[in-house]
Amino acid sequence: MKPAPALAEGFPDLSGMRIAREPHWFRWLSAALIVLVLAAIARAFANGQIEWSYVSRFITAKVILEGIVNTMVMAVLAMALGIFLGIVVAIMRLSPNPVLKTVAAGYTWLFRGTPLILQLLLWFNLALVFPTIGIPGLWSARAVDVMTPFLAALLGLGINQGAYTSEVMRAGMLSVDIGQYEAAQAIGMGRLRALRRIILPQAMRVVIPPLGNEFIGMVKATSLASVIQYPEVLHNAENIYYANSRVIELLIVAGLWYLLVVSILTPLQMLLERRFARGTLRFAR
Amino acid sequence: MTKPLVAIRSVAKNFGEFQALKNVSLDVWPGEVMCLIGASGSGKTTLLRCINQLAVIDSGGIWLDGELLGVREQSGRLHRLSEREIGRQRLKTGMVFQRFNLFPHKTALENIIEGPLQVQGRKSDEVHAEAIELLRRVGLSAKADSYPAQLSGGQQQRVAIARALAMKPMLMLFDEPTSALDPELVGEVLAVMKELAKSGMTMMVVTHELGFAREVADRVVYMDQGAIVEQGRASDVLGAPREERTKAFLSAVI
Repeated sequence: MKPAPALAEGFPDLSGMRIAREPHWFRWLSAALIVLVLAAIARAFANGQIEWSYVSRFITAKVILEGIVNTMVMAVLAMALGIFLGIVVAIMRLSPNPVLKTVAAGYTWLFRGTPLILQLLLWFNLALVFPTIGIPGLWSARAVDVMTPFLAALLGLGINQGAYTSEVMRAGMLSVDIGQYEAAQAIGMGRLRALRRIILPQAMRVVIPPLGNEFIGMVKATSLASVIQYPEVLHNAENIYYANSRVIELLIVAGLWYLLVVSILTPLQMLLERRFARGTLRFAR
Repeated sequence: MTKPLVAIRSVAKNFGEFQALKNVSLDVWPGEVMCLIGASGSGKTTLLRCINQLAVIDSGGIWLDGELLGVREQSGRLHRLSEREIGRQRLKTGMVFQRFNLFPHKTALENIIEGPLQVQGRKSDEVHAEAIELLRRVGLSAKADSYPAQLSGGQQQRVAIARALAMKPMLMLFDEPTSALDPELVGEVLAVMKELAKSGMTMMVVTHELGFAREVADRVVYMDQGAIVEQGRASDVLGAPREERTKAFLSAVI
């Protein structure tokens, strides 16, 4: 073996030297400015016409706590309905059957095309259209008794959510490689089984971030149900300030609760994402 | 008298204006290893996909194990089979894809047992034992619990072969099984295929591996522009081609 040729002179050995720390003057300056602005805002609020004692008194009031529980119950149930409808409609939309396709597209068009608050009002006032509802010969009831604020809010929020979720689910299914569908067919799977066993589990990984977004939107959208007397947190806060006129204080109470709930949801979403990321990390196990 | 396992008669398939298959007829006999060669776009992959009904033929007929595929003849007309019946017919063939198409959210073992458990509804412990035996056969006993992303291309393709074999097919279809592999990984997949050929499996292999064709194939079929140009023993077609187009293709490839 030939010896390696001698290295050229004039290129000193730097391996012992460390890289100096950068001063980052601009970062320090901008951070100081932002702290100043925040302090000014805090001072303004502290001296403004807000009785903070009311905020701390009502933040754990029974009516407010019941309200936030109702908010969460409605958000979870309506989102569940929305995801169920979304999956069904997305599958219909991707089916080769033109009837199913058209029905799915029509559903999305109708419920995405009208304001949510209008849909809530329509559900709640269904009794004006159909005084009695039921299955002819089997069961019937007065619509006012059936269409409670709870049911009207659930239907309004859930069915509206389904229209949006169907597009999220459809995008997720389209993101799965066509070869996956062919491989599923090649081992004898039918369309629905391939969707359930192979395509949807892979689509979930893609759709969880947008679904998390949608769920956070849903938590806040439940506040619209206050117009149909559903006792969620904003509705209950309003009822209190109608009595004691502490409008801003109670709006702050409701706002803090929304912020808290949304803050808890973010780490939950990360847990879910990890669950569906199975097999995607090369060295994870 | 034995009958062909696959009988292809006057099959045509178009993709829009493009004629992928023009009047193709071919028999594949039980135990035969057939290699399909030809330039890309010559129709060899489409022919495989038609046998597995991933592509639907426009005219002609394909019989597998004596059964007409995809359609039923009734009072002078052809009626399409239901999805369920097509699924049942697909169980007679195993397909290995160029890009493996393993299910990324399932381990190697789960990939193999998915079909037997979910589609064939067989008993879990029996299916597990067979899957472990199949993994041993493709040399991947240690990788049962690995996800596809943790396996090399060659290992993934061997799992894919095991997945296809788990359905106990009568016919194995290989669609360019080594084309997506790094050169040093081709050999391990070809070795598994050779072992499979030796065991008597009927195989149709679309491939550019002429060395494999020469060594293992009972018959080589050269296709060009959607038609079969030349076929015969590997030594004849590859060693002494009669058709000009075959000669041109072979001199371009080697």
